[in-house]
Amino acid sequence: MNLIVIALLTLGIIGAVSAIILYFVAKKFHVYEDPRIDEVEAALPAANCGGCGFPGCRGFANACVKADTLDGLFCPVGGNDTMQKVAGILGKTAVTAVPTVAVVRCGGTCDHRPRMNEYDGVKHCFIAHNLYSGETGCSWGCLGLGDCEVSCEFDAIKVNPVTKLPEVDEDKCTSCGACVKACPKLLIELRKKGPKSRRIYVSCRNEDKGHIAKKSCDVSCISCSKCEKVCPHEAITITNNLAFIHDDKCKLCRKCVEVCPTNAIVELNFPPRKVKEESMTPKEEQLVG
Amino acid sequence: MKTFRIGGIHPKENKFSAGKQIQVAELPKQVVIPLSHYIGTPSEAVVKKGDVVKVGQLIGKANGFISANVHSSVSGKVNKIDVQLDATGYKRPAVYIDVEGDEWLETIDRSTEIKRECNLSKEEIVRKIQDAGIVGLGGATFPTHVKLSPPPGKKANILIINAVECESYLTCDHQLMLEKGEEILVGTTILMKALEVNRAVIGIESNKKDAIVHLQQLAKNFKGIEVEALKVRYPQGGEKQLIDAVVRRQVPSGRIPIEVGAVVQNVGTTYAVYEAVQKNKPMIERVMTITGKTAPNPGNYLVRLGTYLSSVVDQAGGVPEGTGKIVGGGPMMGRSLMNLNVPMAKGSSGVVFIKEEESIRKPVKNCIRCAKCVTVCPMGLEPFLLMNQSERNMWAEMEDNRTMDCIECGSCSYTCPSNRPLLDYIRFGKTTVGGIIRNRTAKK
Amino acid sequence: MDKLIISPAPHIHGGDSVSKNMTGVIIALVPALLVGLYFFGLGALVVTLTAVASCIFFEYLIQKFMLKGSSTVMDGSAALTGLLLALNLPSNIPVWMVVIGSLVAIGIGKMSFGGLGNNPFNPALIGRVFLLISFPVEMTTWPRPVPFSAAYLDAETAPTTLAMIKGHFGEIPSTLDLFIGNMGGSLGEISAVAILIGLVYLLVKKIITWHIPVSILATVFIFTGILNLVNPELYASPVVHLFSGGLMLGAVFMATDYVTSPMNPRGMLVYGIGIGIITVVIRTFGAYPEGVSFAILIMNAFTPLINTYIKPKRFGERVKI
Repeated sequence: MNLIVIALLTLGIIGAVSAIILYFVAKKFHVYEDPRIDEVEAALPAANCGGCGFPGCRGFANACVKADTLDGLFCPVGGNDTMQKVAGILGKTAVTAVPTVAVVRCGGTCDHRPRMNEYDGVKHCFIAHNLYSGETGCSWGCLGLGDCEVSCEFDAIKVNPVTKLPEVDEDKCTSCGACVKACPKLLIELRKKGPKSRRIYVSCRNEDKGHIAKKSCDVSCISCSKCEKVCPHEAITITNNLAFIHDDKCKLCRKCVEVCPTNAIVELNFPPRKVKEESMTPKEEQLVG
Repeated sequence: MKTFRIGGIHPKENKFSAGKQIQVAELPKQVVIPLSHYIGTPSEAVVKKGDVVKVGQLIGKANGFISANVHSSVSGKVNKIDVQLDATGYKRPAVYIDVEGDEWLETIDRSTEIKRECNLSKEEIVRKIQDAGIVGLGGATFPTHVKLSPPPGKKANILIINAVECESYLTCDHQLMLEKGEEILVGTTILMKALEVNRAVIGIESNKKDAIVHLQQLAKNFKGIEVEALKVRYPQGGEKQLIDAVVRRQVPSGRIPIEVGAVVQNVGTTYAVYEAVQKNKPMIERVMTITGKTAPNPGNYLVRLGTYLSSVVDQAGGVPEGTGKIVGGGPMMGRSLMNLNVPMAKGSSGVVFIKEEESIRKPVKNCIRCAKCVTVCPMGLEPFLLMNQSERNMWAEMEDNRTMDCIECGSCSYTCPSNRPLLDYIRFGKTTVGGIIRNRTAKK
Repeated sequence: MDKLIISPAPHIHGGDSVSKNMTGVIIALVPALLVGLYFFGLGALVVTLTAVASCIFFEYLIQKFMLKGSSTVMDGSAALTGLLLALNLPSNIPVWMVVIGSLVAIGIGKMSFGGLGNNPFNPALIGRVFLLISFPVEMTTWPRPVPFSAAYLDAETAPTTLAMIKGHFGEIPSTLDLFIGNMGGSLGEISAVAILIGLVYLLVKKIITWHIPVSILATVFIFTGILNLVNPELYASPVVHLFSGGLMLGAVFMATDYVTSPMNPRGMLVYGIGIGIITVVIRTFGAYPEGVSFAILIMNAFTPLINTYIKPKRFGERVKI
């Protein structure tokens, strides 16, 4: 009986003393944190992807609370809804950003770009890119080893084993930009998602002269400038032998798609055309379907 | 017998072309002379389309300090100045010249007579070497004049001639020593004069007994030059390893050899220095080895720069049947080539054909932590750890574990019983960590 | 071949492989096994075959139905674990215990961590220690060495040298008997000379380096030597300690296990010294007469720590400019 009392007393006293020490230590080393940081963090999607440019969602919340205005702060994953919530909590106004989505600017499937050699190193784009130009004749195109797939936190980009090209699942893509950074060939771009997800872009990054580009890949941009001439909105420019469609000027008229001789310009999610059905390449059908 | 003190391996030597006389390769119809170098900024072209050039004429001027002059290796007409795919498949600037005849600049002394006397001053020698566009012929192609101009306050007290040729298969340096021994020794005295040192050691691995005996005989007539036989061990040809092997001084992490008072020059470079200083002949040709287990006619060839490798290989009997991989350089550190339509550059020391069954990597297994990679690493690193950290993108930890010290010799991947691609990942980490360090120093 | 293969350097490989190393260790164990078969006869044969077969069988089962990875059964590591386990058991132990030991060694010691390369502890020792704790009587009754004996479970028993030292009874065998293995003990640990032949083979084939075995044996020799000098009545001579019990087998084959030992020479020395000290402490001051297994397992636990804090000698480390 005595033993139990002693044990209880000792443990009780140790507990009490520790509690007192802990209390004072907690007081002494208390760091004041704006309670709104927690609130903002709760409103964020908690993906911690770093797409906003800050280390994780808490870093972003911290920046939002400290900043005077919300200009330049945007959570690509949560989008406008989340930013409205954040703005509500902080009593600031959020900038509305146009939703964007990742597109892969390479159309060189196995059919279009014959393999000239066989890569036998680690299946890692960066390592292969540092070593040499790639398995095909095109030194600009996709290596197909899937660094983008590994970098994606949302399972939205996958390398298709048949075409050896990455495909973006636009419902899952949050346009956090991780794949853009991961691609050593700089093929991935964040573009405006567009009305009803309709977009047109040049699916090529080859800056070689036309005949060289054409030789290495059937669907390369040969900088013939037909698209530049036909575009009524001056949305297409050609620099370094490569056409580029500016998504802020493009009105999705689809004229450039028709004139492109190599089918390097891709249209997504449009209803099928009434005429010229037969001119569709297998790749476009696949992308549209 | 001396060797370096940490790590090292001994791959099968396979020196099939040893003892084969250097053959002069046929003049090609067209040469493509690259203006870019493996290290440093590309040179600037000083000729234009339609110009008629002679052998030895300057066609590319050095652009900055770490850059080298480029000279025409043939006589003829400049076809165009355009890009050319190099061994990595990326485009580099190059000068295309259509060959017409073989007319040399008058200033070049083409006699085979050995000119032993050199009365030039230190500065004149370095100037001549710089003008001749001489770079290290061991593979890294670092401009030689830079190595001969130590930073202020640093002074060399020994010159080491790298005649190790530790890569298996290659024999071009070996054969050069046998045929041009005396010229090499004259070149060594010139380099000693340029560096103001009175001691030079030629390090040769003991598998080249004839070259050791030959040079030892000749060296008796030269003051201050010793020939040192070294134990066969890879990567003895690494600059830091060779200094450790010969003079027992280890260059600390992140430093250059001159800080321990040593300068290393390749034996091929030494011969080129002799030709440049004594014969006014710029860097326009070099000896390369064409070899491989299945090669029909392994041998050593004197090739003009800019010759397509395919043309040299055709003279050596063509690509053998069943070749899976063609390596430019030695099998441990060379690059695998996509095709042979690559012009020969200053650093091309050989072409090695590897059989199909030997060229495919075996399946990767779990790391069994046998520590063999640690044992063989000549820099005393932990390759298994660096690979793990590289796979997990732990750049700060990689820097702490001294990944930047890695000399990319490949001993770890060579030894690994689980066939793990250790060096692939370490190189990846090294590139990334190097970028991070450069960013950091730029910010400061 | 129409397409050339492109890969980063190096383009040649030394030809070393996991199975070559495992086979090498198994070959190095053959002399010890032969001595075991000579002195313990039928029992040794039954125990060895059971352990090897059941280890391979369990690895195959687990690989196939639980890990679902590519098969690693044929690389020889399971056979090696079984052989090492057998050599650490008395030869008169019932077959079903051997099977349980194998299951624990492979199932818990190795495969539960993800297979070869991921296990923190030496699997064979896990199996042995499990049996030692679960069946202390069977695990500590050793048969008397009788050349070509046909006895198995009914073998005449004899105490080990270390038990004699611990309990201060019996007459310690002569140094020659200790050396060639004419004494009671587990079936592979008795003969120092056979194990030393194995060690030479391992060193020549460059399967292991000298650091671990030498540091363990030297530490035990020096530590017991000091104790012996202090009080020869109480503490046995260092020679007896060196050649008795599982020390030789442990130092040469168990402690040098690739996966669970440190990965650079300096770390290996620390690890070896640690094992030596713990072994002597358990042998002379602990409750068990023998402590090599425990010492190795304890130091296995320290291996990650050693790997983190003790780094190999870097190139140019000592030079100051």
